[in-house]
Amino acid sequence: MKIAFTTKGTTWDAATDPRFGRTEYILVYDTETNELMSYDNRAIANEAHGAGPQTAQKLFEMNPDILITGNGPGGNAAAVLEKSGLKIYIGAGEMTVKDAYEAYKNGNLKEF
Amino acid sequence: MKIAVASGKGGTGKTTLATNLAAFLSERRRVVLIDLDVEEPNSGLFIKGQILKKEDKYKMIPEWSGECSLCGICQDVCEFHAVLRLGTQIMVFPELCHSCYACSELCPESALPMVPKKMGSIKQIQTDGFAFVESRLDIGEEQAVPLIAQTHKYIEANLKDEEIRIYDSPPGTSCPVIEATKTADFVILVTEPTPFGLHDLSLAVETMRELKKDFGVVINRFDLGNDDVPDYCEKEGIPVLARIPNDRHIAELYSQGKLIYKHVPQVETQLQAIEQFLEEKLNGGRS
Repeated sequence: MKIAFTTKGTTWDAATDPRFGRTEYILVYDTETNELMSYDNRAIANEAHGAGPQTAQKLFEMNPDILITGNGPGGNAAAVLEKSGLKIYIGAGEMTVKDAYEAYKNGNLKEF
Repeated sequence: MKIAVASGKGGTGKTTLATNLAAFLSERRRVVLIDLDVEEPNSGLFIKGQILKKEDKYKMIPEWSGECSLCGICQDVCEFHAVLRLGTQIMVFPELCHSCYACSELCPESALPMVPKKMGSIKQIQTDGFAFVESRLDIGEEQAVPLIAQTHKYIEANLKDEEIRIYDSPPGTSCPVIEATKTADFVILVTEPTPFGLHDLSLAVETMRELKKDFGVVINRFDLGNDDVPDYCEKEGIPVLARIPNDRHIAELYSQGKLIYKHVPQVETQLQAIEQFLEEKLNGGRS
């Protein structure tokens, strides 16, 4: 299973980014291989419009099973993610990636 | 003569000035007032009259036919990311689309025909003294510019011969303001004598200079705050057309949806000063 996080850094100790479209990084954890892969999304800061759908498109291509994020995607991004069939969990905005993963496993995050 | 009433800061009195100036000037001239603050048009709150005409306005957006080779040219040419290829389909985000036709025209399989989408409406109202046109964006629409552009066209088609056009513009310094003021002969920037007012006025002044517009300032709630706004105008060589007093009676009339100059002689005097200024502009421009 692949789990994606919106984050402000590239390690387990990094903070999750509460924003979806303008998240600085996307981390993808593969539970089978135990690998943590990162995608640098910081170029999105230069886009005035359409950040949500663009980040959603990136995520769509990465094709994870789960997304763990903070505030949750906006309308346009949600419309894209709906097509990918991934499950979204929100409310991890104040946590480290590690704590967010634990919170998810313990059922403490809300499904979007 | 086309006069745009604009401001950097919101809530400085654009609508108050635009409605009162339109009514005042219409006592001697043919005037049309156009509310171009399409995201929140509120000149209409102060104007009573009969609706003569109402037109829905549309913008053109691409619609995917549901079948193509998924080459991705459409998403590559879209500057605004309004078209995305997702796996085996193409998604269009109408709110992000600027109707440039690039994706539609460049699609090798013509799989993205342009279709109309309603974005707002324009109402023409006749009052006792002048014509009033209100342009209103639909809830959920994100782009004011296309509707403002179509409102300019509506005026050209329907009210071309009015001697004076007054545009009640959106606040700020971004695209909607540019679109609202770009055809104006003169721009009145309404401000208040506070640090906020000065800060946003200076941004609006920069914008108008960039657009090479002739402009002047009206200071509203003149007895408030400090002298920084008048000092700034003097230093920058910007004419101050009028100073509207900070008066509780004015606020009360406003809250009742009434025109102010008919009840407050000092305001009428200030409108006279503006008229005289504009008249000199007009005559100076002709000679």
